[in-house]
Amino acid sequence: MSVPSPASDVARDEAPRRQSRRDTPRGSPAARAWADWKETRRLWRLGVRLGWLDIRLRYRGSALGPFWLTITSALMVASMGVLYSRLFHMQLATYLPFLSLSLTLWSVGLSSLIQESCTCFLEAEAMVRSVQLPLLLYALRVVVRNAIVFAHNIVVPLAVFAIYHVWPGVNALLALPALLLWALDGFAACMVFGSLCARFRDIAPIVGALLQIVFYVTPVIWMPQQLGAKVSYLLYNPFYPLLEIVREPLLGRVPSLQIWGIALAISVVFWLIAVRAFIRARARLVFWI
Amino acid sequence: MAHICLEDLSLSFPVLHGGSRSLKKTLLARAKSTVAAKTGAVGGRMRISGNSAEVVEVQALFNVSFTISEGERVGLVGHNGAGKSTLLRVLAGIYETNEGTLDIEGDTHALIDPNAGMNGELTGRENIQLFACRMGMGRVATQELEKDVEAFSDLGAFFDLPVRLYSSGMSVRLGFALATVPRPRILLMDEWFMAGDQKFQDKARARLEGMVDAAEILVVTSHALSILRQWCTRIIWMESGEIRMDGPTEEVLDAYEAALAITPV
Repeated sequence: MSVPSPASDVARDEAPRRQSRRDTPRGSPAARAWADWKETRRLWRLGVRLGWLDIRLRYRGSALGPFWLTITSALMVASMGVLYSRLFHMQLATYLPFLSLSLTLWSVGLSSLIQESCTCFLEAEAMVRSVQLPLLLYALRVVVRNAIVFAHNIVVPLAVFAIYHVWPGVNALLALPALLLWALDGFAACMVFGSLCARFRDIAPIVGALLQIVFYVTPVIWMPQQLGAKVSYLLYNPFYPLLEIVREPLLGRVPSLQIWGIALAISVVFWLIAVRAFIRARARLVFWI
Repeated sequence: MAHICLEDLSLSFPVLHGGSRSLKKTLLARAKSTVAAKTGAVGGRMRISGNSAEVVEVQALFNVSFTISEGERVGLVGHNGAGKSTLLRVLAGIYETNEGTLDIEGDTHALIDPNAGMNGELTGRENIQLFACRMGMGRVATQELEKDVEAFSDLGAFFDLPVRLYSSGMSVRLGFALATVPRPRILLMDEWFMAGDQKFQDKARARLEGMVDAAEILVVTSHALSILRQWCTRIIWMESGEIRMDGPTEEVLDAYEAALAITPV
């Protein structure tokens, strides 16, 4: 058995040894979930890489790449803008910037993040079953992938702003912490919906159908002010504050502390649910997918 | 000192199919709650759990205990479904269980699936870069790795084509070249590595043996008894998720062959 090792050992010797096993079945499920998270943080580069690769592969062979998405959303915004500004009796110059921004935030932000979180673990089946990698890495991958698509699409409302000479000013910077909150919530969505959808395959379509309803009851294509005195009812819709904390700054306004407070509270509750769900599901996920 | 220590380790997992995949049907079934139990003879024991008639629990491992210490070369034998690959996955940390204890000292590397972690849409080269990223390699190391694997897998022009276009032999070559890069203290190996054409086999053997030599512990499953005889110092014979026999290579393999002769599988 003592055959000389094959040629070119250099690369292999440089491959760093992975340290001792971190997660032998010792410790509580919570401790193991925590170990999963620590391992994910260590491998964050890989998560980002996987997210990028997803995008590259999706548009491989198309000259425009991800900008195809930009073009479709531009077309969507243009056609809906013309139609709905008539239906709502609004000036195109005030309505179109609003609509282009809302529609983009909804479709490549909240909606796609939630929809894709459902397949977070399912799409990684082959890898989960054969390579020992932390599961939260796949959540990171979904968030990164969505962030990239988001960055490509945010160009559309910016172009519309330029055409109509609306400029949000420095207030727009307030959208950045809000977008970070979205990313965190998206990560939590992967933990909840990713786990649930791995176990029950009919949840993904249910989520899709519910999102469709939420789209209409959330002020995405209509403005909150159009509700008049009934606007406070919107606070019962968790998507409303989440949308507002990003949209308001980008329209040049400062969102109220109340809205921010509700958005934060919703996120904290959602995170608690997500962590619980993930701790319970983690060890079983590999058998479900 | 690398070691593996298992004590009374059991593993059962759900096999979900049909209605148990559906939330609606599961909720309805819970209301009816039919309880049934059934044990199968082939593979792991099966039991149909109480809640839903369609959630089948497979008892893949049952009270497995053994200790492997440094320097041991252990072979796992048993017919299909005896729990060999499941055990390997448990050792690799892919499957987890709460029943029993598992203590592993030393880093593990599992060769379970030749295309483990590979993306069929990416080219061979890109898959190597992905692999390097997984191993946390730097840029220089990645380039070295690329050259090494390119030379070893000998794929020619296919190296820059998507992996899904490869023939099965070609993807085994690439997978093999990559999988044999790390130098773990504990090496876990499924039997796939015997694939490939004759010329490649010889090359593969040299490379694999280099890796095996460097490892402090080897656990390998195979149906090729001659290879086990040559490589292993100890054999664990699995049957229906339990250890049927555990001992020195010749002793166990002779008993195993005798059993095979009586009841051919």
